[in-house]
Amino acid sequence: MMLAWTIYISFLGALALLLLPKGSATLARSLALLTTIVTFAITLTAFVQHRTGALLTVTQKSWIPSLGIEYHLAADGISLILLLLTGIIAIAGILFSWNIERRVQEFFAFYLLLIGAVYGVFLSYDLFLLFVFYEIVIIPKYFLIAIWGSTRREYGAMKLALYSFIGSAMVLVGLLAAYIVAGAKSMALEDLARFPFPLHFQMWAFPLVFVGFAILAGMWPFHTWAPTGHVAAPTAASMLLAGVVMKLGAYGCLRVAMTLFPLGLGPWGFHVLGLGSWRDVFALLAVIGIVYGALVALVQKDFKFVIGYSSISHMGFILLGLMTLNQLGLAGAVVQMFSHGVLAGLLFAVVGRMVYDRAHTRDLATLGPMNLNKAIPFAAVTFVVAGMASMGLPGFSGFVAELMILIGAWRAFPLFAVCVGIGIVAGVAYIWRAMQQAFFAEAGVEPTSMQPPLPPISIPERLGAILLIGASVAVGLYPQMLLNVILPALHSPLFDGLRKGSWQ
Amino acid sequence: MTAVSPALRILPEILLTLTGVLVMVTEPLLSAKTSRKPLGIFALLGTLAAIAASAWQLHLPAGTAFFNTIQTDAFSVFFHLLIGGILLVTLLVSLNYFEGHSTYVGEFYALLLFSAVGMMLMTSAIELLMVFLGLEISSISTYILAGYRKRSAVSAEASIKYFLLGSFATAFFLYGVALCFGATGSTNIHSIATGVASGSSPLLLALALGMMLIGLGFKVSAAPFHVWTPDVYEGAPAPVVGFMSTAPKAAAFAVLLRITYTGFGTMSHIWIPLLWIMAVASMTIGNLGALTQRNVKRMLAYSSIAHAGYLLVAFTAFSADGLAAACFYTAAYAAMNVGAFAIISYLSGYDERRVHLQDYAGLAKRHPLASAAMAIFLLSLIGIPFTAGFFGKFYVFTTAMHSGLWILVTIGLLNSGLAAFYYLRFLSQLYMQPYDAAQDISEAPAQPAFVLGIAILVAAVLVLGIIPNRVLRLAQAGAATYFPCSGTNAAEVHTQPNLLR
Repeated sequence: MMLAWTIYISFLGALALLLLPKGSATLARSLALLTTIVTFAITLTAFVQHRTGALLTVTQKSWIPSLGIEYHLAADGISLILLLLTGIIAIAGILFSWNIERRVQEFFAFYLLLIGAVYGVFLSYDLFLLFVFYEIVIIPKYFLIAIWGSTRREYGAMKLALYSFIGSAMVLVGLLAAYIVAGAKSMALEDLARFPFPLHFQMWAFPLVFVGFAILAGMWPFHTWAPTGHVAAPTAASMLLAGVVMKLGAYGCLRVAMTLFPLGLGPWGFHVLGLGSWRDVFALLAVIGIVYGALVALVQKDFKFVIGYSSISHMGFILLGLMTLNQLGLAGAVVQMFSHGVLAGLLFAVVGRMVYDRAHTRDLATLGPMNLNKAIPFAAVTFVVAGMASMGLPGFSGFVAELMILIGAWRAFPLFAVCVGIGIVAGVAYIWRAMQQAFFAEAGVEPTSMQPPLPPISIPERLGAILLIGASVAVGLYPQMLLNVILPALHSPLFDGLRKGSWQ
Repeated sequence: MTAVSPALRILPEILLTLTGVLVMVTEPLLSAKTSRKPLGIFALLGTLAAIAASAWQLHLPAGTAFFNTIQTDAFSVFFHLLIGGILLVTLLVSLNYFEGHSTYVGEFYALLLFSAVGMMLMTSAIELLMVFLGLEISSISTYILAGYRKRSAVSAEASIKYFLLGSFATAFFLYGVALCFGATGSTNIHSIATGVASGSSPLLLALALGMMLIGLGFKVSAAPFHVWTPDVYEGAPAPVVGFMSTAPKAAAFAVLLRITYTGFGTMSHIWIPLLWIMAVASMTIGNLGALTQRNVKRMLAYSSIAHAGYLLVAFTAFSADGLAAACFYTAAYAAMNVGAFAIISYLSGYDERRVHLQDYAGLAKRHPLASAAMAIFLLSLIGIPFTAGFFGKFYVFTTAMHSGLWILVTIGLLNSGLAAFYYLRFLSQLYMQPYDAAQDISEAPAQPAFVLGIAILVAAVLVLGIIPNRVLRLAQAGAATYFPCSGTNAAEVHTQPNLLR
C-alpha cells in the first residue's frame, strides 16, 4: 500500500533539502512543492480508491516485541479525510511561502518534517507509534516559528512547545496506564479499544487523555498558546498549525481518548452545577470556546489575532460535535476538521501572505486607509469568499459541518445549541468587521496611489487560494463525498465501545 | 562453575589496570616535549581489549570468585560494557584536549583507566567492602581529574569541593557498611539478604540502609545530596565532566541496585518511599534549577540531577522490568550526556571560552556538524522520539506505571515536559540567534579521533532510540539474574498493578 510513502517521501524530501547545495532557492522550493504534490497524489488516490471507508492496513511489522510495540500503519475513512486535508494544506502552504528568502532550504526541510510527522500521526494504528509522531511534530513547529516568525516569535514558539509537551505528558500517562491495565501485551489501538477497562479507571483516564489532546485542539481554557503561536508563526506555519496541527489534537480526542475510554463519557451519578458527566463538562468548555473565541475575535486590533481567535471558535465546534455522541454530531465534527483546516489555512494565507507581506502591518486601523480592495483586489475577493465560507454560508464546507454539529448538539444539549447561536452571530460579526476595516474602510473614496504600489498577487498565491477554495466548495456542494467514508468508519469495530456505551 | 579461573572473572579490570600501569611507567620515560598521543592510543587499545573481555564474559556461566567477593553475571557485564564504552569515547574525545596545555597528559589517561577499574569492580562486587574499595579507587581518580586544569581557580575549587564532600559521602557509606555488619554479621550481599529476611534488628538495618543511600545518593547526585554537582561540573574540564557525570553514576546505580534489590529486597517497604522522595526531589530540583541557569555547564549539571531522578523512578518500580529500565536508561543517559559535554569541550576548548548560553549564539552557522550533533544530544535529553532519551523515558515510566506508581509517573512526565524549556533555549541559541563574528574564536579543527567519538555517540543515541531491541534484551538478561522468572510479565509476580484499587 502506497500510503506509508507519504511519511517516507516527506522525510526524504526534508533530508534532500538539507543536502542540496546552498543558494538555489528556486530549486529548494520546487523540490518541496514536488514532494508535497507527490504525497497529495498518494492520499488522493487512496481516498478515491478506497470508497468504503473501512479499515485499511498499510503496513504491520514487529518493532519492539518485548513490549508488544508494532510498526503498524492503517487508515480508515476518518484518517483518510485528514490525510487528504494534510496533502492539500501542505501544497497550499508551500505555494504561500514562495517568497521566503531566508534560510530557504532549512525552512522547507522543517516544513516537510512537520508534514511527514503529521501524516505519521494520522496513519498510526499503534499507540506508541502515534505518540512518537505526535511528539516529533513539536520540534519542527518550534523551529518554524522561532526562526522565521514575527511578533514575539520566541515567546510564541516556546509557549506552544511547552503546552504541547505538557499535553503529550498527560496523554502518555493515560496511555501507559491503559497499556498496563490491559496487561502490557499490546499497544495496538484496536486491542486496547476492545479491552473492557473498569469504569472508575476510565473515569480518570478519559479526561486526562482527552484534555491532553484537546490542549492541542485549542480547547478553552487551554487555548492560549494558539493565538500567540499563530500570530508569531510565519504564514505557512500558521496555516499548518491551524490547518492540521490543531486537528491532530481533535483527532486524538476522537481516535484515542473516546475509543479507548468510552465509559468515561458516562454519567458520574451526581451533579455539580448542573453538569453530570465529563461529556457535559467538555461540551460546556467547547461552547465557551465557540462564544469566547468569536467575541474576542470581534475586538482584536491585529488582523491575524482575529483569525487566531476565530480558530478557537471553530475548533470549539469540533469538540462540541464530538461530545454530542450521535452520528450526526460526530460525522459533523470530522467534516468540520476538514472544513476548518482548509478555511483557516486560507484565512491565514490572506492575512499573513497576501496582506502582511505587502502592507507590512496587520493593524486593522492602519490597513483601512490603504484601500486594499483596490490595491490587491484578489486578496479582497479571496478574503470575502473565505470569510463567507467561515461564517457558514451554504455552498461551502463550513455550512455543512456546522449544521450537522448544530443539529447533533440540538438533540444532545438543547441549551448549549442555543448558546452556540450567539457564537455564530458573533462569527458573522467579526468576519464582517475585519473585512470592512481591512479592505473596504474607504470603499467610496478614489484610491490614492500608493508609493510604492503594492506588488500584485503572484501566481503561486492564486493557485493556492484556488486550491483551498475549491476544496471547500467541493465539500460544500457534495458533502456526501466525505460522509461516504466517515460513516462506515464510525460503524467500524473501533467505535464499538462508544456506540454501545453512550451512543445516542 | 568452579572450572572458571577467578582471574577470568575480573579480566577486564586486569587488562585496564595493566594498561594504566604501563601508561604510568612509560610517561616519565618520554621526553617532556613529545606528544602524549601514543599513550592515549595505547590506553584506547587497552580499553578495547577490556570491552572485548567483558563481552566475552557473557559466555561464562554466572558465578562468583575470590571468596564470594566478585560475581559476574549478565548484570555486571552490562555495566562493564557500559563503563568500558564511556571510557572509550571519553578517551577518543579528549585525545587532543590537553594538547599543548598540560605537562601531565600521560597521567590523565592512567587516571581515567584506574577510575574505570574502580567502577567496574563496583558493578561486579557482591561484597560491600569490595564495593568500598572500588568506590575509593574510582573516586580518588576522579577527584584528581576534576582539578586537572591546574591553573584555573574554578577547576581547583571543583576538585576540592568534590574531594571534601565526596570523602564525607564515602564515610557515610562505610558507616552504613559497618552498621550492616553489626546487624547481620556479614558484609556479603547475599548473607545480608538472609539476615534482613530473618527480621532481626530492623532499626539498625534501616539505619545502615539510610547511611548507604546517602553515600550512593551523593555519587549519583540525587537530591537532596546534589548540592556539589553544579559547582563541580562548572569547574572540571568538560571531557572529564562527561565522564564523571555518567560512569561513576552508572557504577553507583549498579551498587544501589545490588544493595536494594538483593540485599534489602525484603525491606522494600522502607527504601521504596525513600527512593520515591529522592526521585521526586531530584527531578523537580534538577529541572527547576536548570531553568534559571545561564552557564551551560551548570545547566547540564542540573539536568543531570533531573536525569538521576528519572533513573530513580525506575528503581522505585522494584521489578524485573524496572531493573531493565534502569539499566537501559543509564546507557541512554550516558550516550547523550557524554556527547553533550564532548561537544562543549570542543566548542569551548581547553580554556573554556564559551561558558554562557549567549556564547553559543548562532554557532550552527560556523560549526554545522558539531551543532547538529549537539542538537541530537539535546533532543535526546528532552526525550524526542527516535532518540535514546525518548525510549529510555518511555520504558522507565512504563515500568513505574506497571508497579502502580502513577503519581510518580505523572510528576516525572510533567517534569520532562517542563525540562524541554531549557534544552530548547540552548538549541535556539545555536540555531536562531545571529552569529556574532566579533566573538570569533579560532578553534583547532576537529581531530579524527574526536569525530569518531562523536559519531559513536550519535549512533548510540539513534540506535537506542530506533532499534533498542538488542540493548533491551541485554538489559533484560541482566535483570533476569535478579528476578529469575523474568520476561515482561515478571513484574506482575512482585507487584500487582494497583491502579485498579
